[in-house]
Amino acid sequence: MIMDRHAILEELKKVLGPYIKNKELLQNINETTNLIADLRVNSANLVDIVIDAEAKYNIEIDVDSAEKMTTIGSCIDVIQEKLGQPS
Amino acid sequence: MKKRRVVVTGLGVVAPNAIGVPDFLEAIRMGKSGLKYVPDFERLKYLCHVTGRPPFEWESLREIIPEVTFHGLRGMGIGFGLRAAVDAWQDAGLPLETETPRWDTGIVFGNSTADSALMQNVMRRVDALEVKKLGSRVVEETMNSGVTAYITGRLGLAGKIVTNSAACATGSQAILMGYEYISSGLADRMVTGSTEFVDTYIFGAFDAMRVLSRRFNQEPEKASRPMSRTAGGFVPSSGAGALILEDMDTALQRGARIYAELKGGATNSGGQRGGGSMTAPNAEGVVRCIREALRISETGPETIDLVAGHLTATLGDLAEIQNWSLALDRKDADFPWVNSLKGMIGHCLSAAGSIESVAAVLQIAHQFVHPNVNLEEPNPEIVKRIDASRIPTASTPAVINTVAKANFGFGDVNTCLIFAKWK
Repeated sequence: MIMDRHAILEELKKVLGPYIKNKELLQNINETTNLIADLRVNSANLVDIVIDAEAKYNIEIDVDSAEKMTTIGSCIDVIQEKLGQPS
Repeated sequence: MKKRRVVVTGLGVVAPNAIGVPDFLEAIRMGKSGLKYVPDFERLKYLCHVTGRPPFEWESLREIIPEVTFHGLRGMGIGFGLRAAVDAWQDAGLPLETETPRWDTGIVFGNSTADSALMQNVMRRVDALEVKKLGSRVVEETMNSGVTAYITGRLGLAGKIVTNSAACATGSQAILMGYEYISSGLADRMVTGSTEFVDTYIFGAFDAMRVLSRRFNQEPEKASRPMSRTAGGFVPSSGAGALILEDMDTALQRGARIYAELKGGATNSGGQRGGGSMTAPNAEGVVRCIREALRISETGPETIDLVAGHLTATLGDLAEIQNWSLALDRKDADFPWVNSLKGMIGHCLSAAGSIESVAAVLQIAHQFVHPNVNLEEPNPEIVKRIDASRIPTASTPAVINTVAKANFGFGDVNTCLIFAKWK
């Protein structure tokens, strides 16, 4: 199943949900939204988000790729790449 | 500086026979058992197939902690401790939410061992070369200060933050340390208590010592029999208890309800000498601890109405009664009421002191003595020293002004607390 960026973003919201205290911050996210600065995710939890994303999309995310996942856009880039889909 | 008076203004309890103060009060009045048969313990060839676990719904934690904290939380002992502490905080009439750190409030909260169920997952993942899958939460949940850290974060505590550990004396020692900080003027309010989760592996380690009850596996509610002729070992159990301690003037200023006064206490060791060892207390140490608690709290031994014992249902029960009798210089019909909660819920190890202290405070607040269950026939050596009428087997209304509560832990560590009706 090919997922476009918008579909991935909608799924990503569900992955991020449990890590965001103020759920209202999820309303207006876009590709430039930063996980720590804008969504106030605890930086220690970035690793948990990566693990949850791996399970959600049934993919493996290597450490170097995981380190790039700082904004919504870069998360989608990595997930698309690991899904083997063209961006 | 004059010592400040310390009062108990909030209680929280997650016990094998009840969760929350109202249900726990009812349970200890009724002598309700929290002990159950565990088929898995029989399959694993344990000698004891019985334990007490709180009827805890994990999802209920969502009511008291944010989803960010709940998601990924696995440590049972942390869950029990959080529930007990937050319940105690709310029971004290204190607001849960705060934007600013509570500089005037600290915590002493204890536990025993890292959660071995969580550590088992670490070992499996690591051995399978999957360390990457462990996530970020294992360290904070297996560090000994984990439960304290979770409570601290939830309540915004910002005074002294201490995690203590002294085996079965952990809970009462935590309460004593909280008392000392307040009475010496270092804090206005302290969250005190302890938690214990006896998972399968920890239970197995105790079972291997051959000190557990094994003759009542078919009748689990009878398995824990403190002071009984047929006492044959203890039953390790899980749970948590918490007490909010406050400087008396601080409590009065905010119009807090006062359950009881904590007049003082003492903790010591028998040095693992003179009959004391890693696993048994030196009698002289116990007697000194009780007498020191009386001295610190300016309490005469003749005023003790109830001895809330450690009394685990082992050979130690007789020695403990002898020690109380010597320390208080009271015997026969002059001995105070004496009871052990362990007949109902087993031995909650590091949580024993805090859960049993909640029971002690409730017996002062509601003027009764809870029953000693499974005491159809008391140990004849015990009733040679104290009158059988002092060991009630039914809930008994009584004037309870002063309670001596003690616990004794591996390592030969003793703690004794003196609770009294607040006047």
